[in-house]
Amino acid sequence: MNARILPYVLILPVTLFLCVFFLYPFVLVAKQAFSTGACFTMENFREVTTYWKFPISMRNTLLLAAAVVPIQLALSLLMATMVTRMQKGRDLVLYIWTIPLGISDLAAGLIWLAIFEQSGFLNTMMNGLGVVDKPVNFLSYQHPGVVFLAIALAEIWRATAIMLVILVAGIGLIPKEYYEAAEVFGASPWKRFLRITLPMLRPSLQTALVLRVILAFEIFAVVAALGGTLFPVLMGETYAYQFDLLNSGAAAAMALIILAISIGFTLIILRVLRVPKGASI
Amino acid sequence: MSQASMAASVPDPQPDPDATPATNTRSAGRFLYVSGVVLLCAWVIVPIYFLMINTLSSPETVNSFPKPFFPEFDLGSLTFFAGFAGMLSALKNSVLVAGMTMVMSIVIGAPAGYALSRFEFRGKGTFRLLILLTRAFPLPLLALPLAVMFIRTGLDDTALGLALVHTTLAIPFSVLITFSLFSGIPIELEEAAWTLGCTRLTAFQKVVLPLILPGITASAIFAFVISWNEVFAAAVLTIENRTLTAFLLQNLDTSPLHLKFAGGFILVVPALIFIFAVRKYLFAMWGIANR
Amino acid sequence: MAEIQIKNVAKTFGAYQALHDINLTIADQEFMVLLGASGCGKSTLLRIIAGLETATSGEVWIGGRRIDHLSPKDRGIAMVFQNYAVFPHLTVFENIGFGLRMQKLPNDEVTRRVERTASLMHIDQLLKRYSGELSGGQRQRVAVARALAMEPDVILMDEPLSNLDALLRMEMRAELKGVLAESKTTAIYVTHDQVEAMSMADRISVMHQGRIVQAASPIEVYRNPSAEFVASFIGNPPMNFLRAKPAGAGKWTVAGQLFDGPTADKPELQFAIRPEDMQPAAEGLKATAKVVEPLGAHLLVTCEIDGSLFRAVLDSDMTVRPGEVLTLAPQSNRVRWFDPETTLAVA
Ligand SMILES: Nc1ncnc2c1ncn2[C@@H]1O[C@H](COP(=O)(O)OP(=O)(O)O)[C@@H](O)[C@H]1O
Ligand SMILES: [Mg+2]
Repeated sequence: MNARILPYVLILPVTLFLCVFFLYPFVLVAKQAFSTGACFTMENFREVTTYWKFPISMRNTLLLAAAVVPIQLALSLLMATMVTRMQKGRDLVLYIWTIPLGISDLAAGLIWLAIFEQSGFLNTMMNGLGVVDKPVNFLSYQHPGVVFLAIALAEIWRATAIMLVILVAGIGLIPKEYYEAAEVFGASPWKRFLRITLPMLRPSLQTALVLRVILAFEIFAVVAALGGTLFPVLMGETYAYQFDLLNSGAAAAMALIILAISIGFTLIILRVLRVPKGASI
Repeated sequence: MSQASMAASVPDPQPDPDATPATNTRSAGRFLYVSGVVLLCAWVIVPIYFLMINTLSSPETVNSFPKPFFPEFDLGSLTFFAGFAGMLSALKNSVLVAGMTMVMSIVIGAPAGYALSRFEFRGKGTFRLLILLTRAFPLPLLALPLAVMFIRTGLDDTALGLALVHTTLAIPFSVLITFSLFSGIPIELEEAAWTLGCTRLTAFQKVVLPLILPGITASAIFAFVISWNEVFAAAVLTIENRTLTAFLLQNLDTSPLHLKFAGGFILVVPALIFIFAVRKYLFAMWGIANR
Repeated sequence: MAEIQIKNVAKTFGAYQALHDINLTIADQEFMVLLGASGCGKSTLLRIIAGLETATSGEVWIGGRRIDHLSPKDRGIAMVFQNYAVFPHLTVFENIGFGLRMQKLPNDEVTRRVERTASLMHIDQLLKRYSGELSGGQRQRVAVARALAMEPDVILMDEPLSNLDALLRMEMRAELKGVLAESKTTAIYVTHDQVEAMSMADRISVMHQGRIVQAASPIEVYRNPSAEFVASFIGNPPMNFLRAKPAGAGKWTVAGQLFDGPTADKPELQFAIRPEDMQPAAEGLKATAKVVEPLGAHLLVTCEIDGSLFRAVLDSDMTVRPGEVLTLAPQSNRVRWFDPETTLAVA
């Protein structure tokens, strides 16, 4: 086949597919959000934003992202630098550290439920140590702090791996000569990390953060498994509008709000971590 | 403790390597480093181990207090799980949807990955941007309007309908991953095949495909995992034909603990195997797909 | 019969013109070398002949058949790549037999041809190995064997030896020349190494900035370069150039000395002479020695004549000290003249 049209033939399936299942539903969701019946209206947005749970779920989602993402960033950087120094057992350690990559948020929620529930392992341990004399129902409204902690831990546990993989791949692309040169000039390991690894890692950091932050606003099943209705989040409210309240207009409006927040944060990350043209490897 | 501060406390092997204080700090640093690694491994494994204890214990043990720290290898919870109405068919649906997602995302995505790695064409940049953009999008949300569209086309509550949405999730990954895999195969190998009597297609079959197959398998498995784990769209788009994740989510309030834990464990096991299967490719896949 | 004709071939990449109006005829069984600096368009021309690249305009004919619209497999060519392109998932045997299998030859014929070419290239011991288990030199041999096994009309080679170390390169050079002469295949061989070109070629096409500057036998290219570029590109050290002013009636003044030259009506010419064609003499050009390099076989003296750098290769028995003023006379039948305006040779 003609080499000029062949590439277009090859990308046609993906393009068509994304038009039907990505762009088109995107238009639909926008239409649905801005209309009740046939006419244009902001009614759906007014409805969802004035609902008493909205500020709470918004605050919860943002708070969770703010607590979880920085810790994950630090943790994944730490783990990534640790494996690059590793000689023995590198493959095994990397395998173990990337296991959560394959675990769904629902399963992660259930895993941490096994720890935090009333007859769970945390209570067993605290009881064994004599800290409490009878099991505490941590995941209840009396302990909002513990609920938050459980959800945050489950998120950190589950979704650090994706950042780790991206960062390890990124570190692997940094030419060794830079480190050797820095060492010749007498830079300490900490200086080398600050002056070489971090700046050279910027594209990977960008990818990792964008992906992670978007996933953070999508948090849903972990919360459903651990907090239930105790800890409302945006995605959970969207689900509730669609199913419990059967109000798809409101659900669409919520979806657009989550989209807007995601895009906003993506742009901020891209801007803050932008790689100057020609400065990449 | 951070890697950085720990590393900083380790002096470089400078003038006098035999000096005791330096040796001490270095072995202390070594100890910190190793225990850090071990601790982080435990941090990943121990929670999964707890879930396994619960799964391999009888329902009575799971609901009792205090918990044992070793499984009693009782299949009671798993038998209950298998016998629970709808659970096995949900499991079957999960496998079906994930299988379809896997096939579709590779069949649709790989040609585009090949085009990106082998051709310079107008609109290449825009196309790549579109792909990256989809990756930076809370895609499960798009299940909401699709629910309506599917009802009209008869795709509602079918495995295929959900697989289509999951394919949208998996496609950016499969395009970028196959792109990086194809880029790893020198174009000269294909060109050599052409000069030796191959057409584009036969050269692809005889040279590129055998070389790329392990990588394609890895990215197919990745697509499988994406679908297998997806909760929101699955819950929105299926009612009768629930997948395992959707089924568990729906029954979170009502199902007993041993059912939840057994279900969670069934969700986790394939993940352990899949990540093991693709571990060699994980980093290579992300390395180039990054840029 | 596989004569190759390249007619008015041009190639542009976007706004960049990589090849300008190339015309070249390569005789049947001729060993043609395309020689030029990196980036001059050698590979592009070779790939256009192979069908891996499409010419922007022009025609390519092989054996009286126009082939520029055909795909590579239908052109009767085989190619050896710079990085060998040995298929990593196939054994050496299957690599060499790859093209034969594509032609659907019977098994015993494939085996016969593979074994014959393998023994020709001295790799019969390696037939069961994979490319990962071969050294660079062995891979090179596999790549050549794979091309020869096709018994092509034309064999195209793009810097096939440039990834080998110097010693191996010299060895392979001789071997390849012998094997190709025996196979009676028309060959086009791309290289940037003039020694390789001189030693292997029946004819050399010297390329510069997307043009063929001269296509002639090695000795012709060396002795009678058709342009300043060829003169300064071929030969190590390259040809010397000095400014010549007309002194009337075919006489030219070079650094104060009078020489017989062409009877051209030009305000200025370049006087050119190879370093080894200079001899110390009683009368001649006055050269101040700057750097003296004893190279064993010769003595390389870099000196200054009339304000220009000038190199002479002298007998190694001579002793020359820096600062010494030598009197050097050119061997008169080796002097060449170039027009500085057109940079072309003037007869
Ligand atoms: N695919 C291409 N796209 C754009 N420019 C190219 C391409 N291939 C070659 N060129 C340019 O054409 C010129 C000639 O390249 P090439 O034929 O590979 O040179 P050589 O083999 O003599 O070193 C170079 O300047 C190169 O940059
Ligand atoms: Mg070249």
